Amino acid sequence: MKVRNILATKGGRVITIAPDKTVREAVALLVHHRIGAIVVADESGHLIGILSERDVMRTAAADEGVFGRPVADVMTREVVIGMPQDDVLAVAHTMLEKRFRHLPIVDDGRLIGIISIGDVLKTQRDAYQGEIETLETRIIAEGE
Amino acid sequence: MSPLGSAAQPLRVAIVGAGPAGFYAAERLFKESELVIEVDLYDRLPTPFGLVRNGVAPDHQKIKSVTAAFDRIAANPRFRFFGNVELGRDISVDDLKDHYHQILYSTGAQTDRPLGVPGDDLIGSHPATEFVAWYNGHPDYRDCEFDLSQERVAVVGVGNVAIDVARILCRTPDELLKTDIANYALEQLRESRVREVHILGRRGPAQAAFTAPEAKELGELADCDTIVLPEEAELDPLSQASLAGADRAELRKVEIIQELSRRQPTGKSKRLVLRFLVSPVELIGDENGRVRQMRLVRNVLYATDAGSLRPKATDHFETLDVGLVFRSIGYRGVPLPGVPFHDSWGVIPNAGGRVLDPATQEPLLGQYTAGWIKRGPTGVIGTNKPDAAETVENMLADARAGRVLAPTQATAAAAEALVGGRQAHVVTYADWRRLDALELSHGKEQGRPRVKFTRVDDMLAALAE
Ligand SMILES: Cc1cc2nc3c(=O)[nH]c(=O)nc-3n(C[C@H](O)[C@H](O)[C@H](O)COP(=O)(O)OP(=O)(O)OC[C@H]3O[C@@H](n4cnc5c(N)ncnc54)[C@H](O)[C@@H]3O)c2cc1C
Ligand SMILES: NC(=O)c1ccc[n+]([C@@H]2O[C@H](COP(=O)([O-])OP(=O)(O)OC[C@H]3O[C@@H](n4cnc5c(N)ncnc54)[C@H](OP(=O)(O)O)[C@@H]3O)[C@@H](O)[C@H]2O)c1
Repeated sequence: MKVRNILATKGGRVITIAPDKTVREAVALLVHHRIGAIVVADESGHLIGILSERDVMRTAAADEGVFGRPVADVMTREVVIGMPQDDVLAVAHTMLEKRFRHLPIVDDGRLIGIISIGDVLKTQRDAYQGEIETLETRIIAEGE
Repeated sequence: MSPLGSAAQPLRVAIVGAGPAGFYAAERLFKESELVIEVDLYDRLPTPFGLVRNGVAPDHQKIKSVTAAFDRIAANPRFRFFGNVELGRDISVDDLKDHYHQILYSTGAQTDRPLGVPGDDLIGSHPATEFVAWYNGHPDYRDCEFDLSQERVAVVGVGNVAIDVARILCRTPDELLKTDIANYALEQLRESRVREVHILGRRGPAQAAFTAPEAKELGELADCDTIVLPEEAELDPLSQASLAGADRAELRKVEIIQELSRRQPTGKSKRLVLRFLVSPVELIGDENGRVRQMRLVRNVLYATDAGSLRPKATDHFETLDVGLVFRSIGYRGVPLPGVPFHDSWGVIPNAGGRVLDPATQEPLLGQYTAGWIKRGPTGVIGTNKPDAAETVENMLADARAGRVLAPTQATAAAAEALVGGRQAHVVTYADWRRLDALELSHGKEQGRPRVKFTRVDDMLAALAE
């Protein structure tokens, strides 16, 4: 299974924010869209960082004024990026190993989506579930 | 007006595509106790079950038995089957909008992905999708021709479909006789001169898409030796590291491949060679445009940013003599007239199964999708159950919130009149059960599990008797 099979059912819209916006605005977007991280993109739509709940927390621990600061100050700049043809299994391994929870997906230089560790684990669970459901459907059938 | 989902005004749902996703969706809809729901399940073929009938390998009869569970779903009095009715040919999306509150597309993946190398279109180079549909007796593919007088065959790709294709080519007539393979395919495979089948993986054993039981089966064929080159079975350091976090099934698959690589040929009459780390770069033809050779490049693996291992071509090439090529590199959905389509992925754009308007990325009222046409051509039969359940949860939430289509003729009778007016030979579930009984009894006469009808006309003629 590939990353594109996850993206296929998530819709094509990616929420982004500009680096000069405030953390307050970013947090409002996170809450509104019920997401844990937001991609930071420049005017031409290029990814320049990612701002996660954790980034906000980490900064807030040292700086009460975190909400007024520009996103660029607080975001993570070293972002691991995925491709639609990446294997879900390998991506899961990398996310757990390197302890990050959101993976922006870029295709031909264009940001096309973002997947979370939750998406990845759900997909793996559904795959296992699928094996079980196949067996169960067979058992129901044989009970005829 | 009676509330929607009451006995007086049931929620009317059209499901287009009677494969596993369509059936699982119907099952989940019928589980809903608070709403009265009626389901009309459409299929372009007179026969239900999609790839369970026309994809699953005929030598895997046990898996095909899942259809009895689908029969149970069909026994619900609020279920109807409209077989031999195609969206786009007999009826349109607008027709459905006029007769149903909700429409679910579960049309699967009807075609293949091209390889994109020179010579891909030579005579003798075929998509595996066509061969699979042919040996399973799909009416649209029964007249395809494959030159089985060729001795050497290449199958490109190492998914479970590639394994199916190679296994069917390597079975003996006696083995095939125990299956429900189409009669004409049985006859042609009986005359087959195929001696050597090469399955070509572009990455290594740890990245092979097939699953462990299917790999194991390759080592158990009656009259075919399965060969893996020891140097290709060995894992490179990147693959080895990737297995650190792998589950048992993945480890088992690699073990089986390595076990195969330690075997010596035992002199059986056919050979199946499972290759890794090679990609076709060109198919070479003779003066008549028939494929004769395939040029392969050896690959090495590199890790992407996100950790998957991808193939990279080296400058080592080899040439394989082959007279027949099957590309088995994945299925692909086809667009339905009047329904949005994601062209590069071959799926209907959706969020959790709600079909999205490509312009606004907002859900389209009353339109949904499930199965391979929703997420792409991946997963086993049962994977479509959680997939369909996700879609149906969203359908039910929308129905409860009143977000449904506004059909002007939302009755079972009106839908039947519509369909009957467009297609003179609608096949009902009762009709299908009669065809099913006939196929089983024809099978019994020949000592086989089933002998399929492979022409729509033959099916209709049998029903008219
Ligand atoms: C070769 C092969 C072998 C497989 N073997 C196994 C196996 O052994 N075990 C296993 O668990 N899984 C197997 N699978 C996977 C399994 O078959 C799929 O997961 C499953 O069938 C997908 O279900 P679906 O309902 O999305 O699509 P499908 O099964 O493809 O069903 C789609 C249906 O829609 C109909 N349709 C299409 N277009 C229209 C239209 N315009 N109007 C009306 N109807 C339409 C088609 O006729 C078809 O009946 C196999 C797949 C393949 C390709
Ligand atoms: N017995 C069973 O349970 C059974 C039987 C049949 C099918 N199925 C299921 O049905 C689904 C579809 O099966 P499938 O075999 O069609 O698809 P698949 O599992 O996705 O396998 C496709 C194969 O093609 C390869 N490939 C893709 N593009 C290629 C290219 N350009 N060049 C060379 N190789 C390329 C892939 O390699 P990469 O990985 O490198 O991309 C992969 O090995 C799967 O989920 C499968 O498990 C199950």
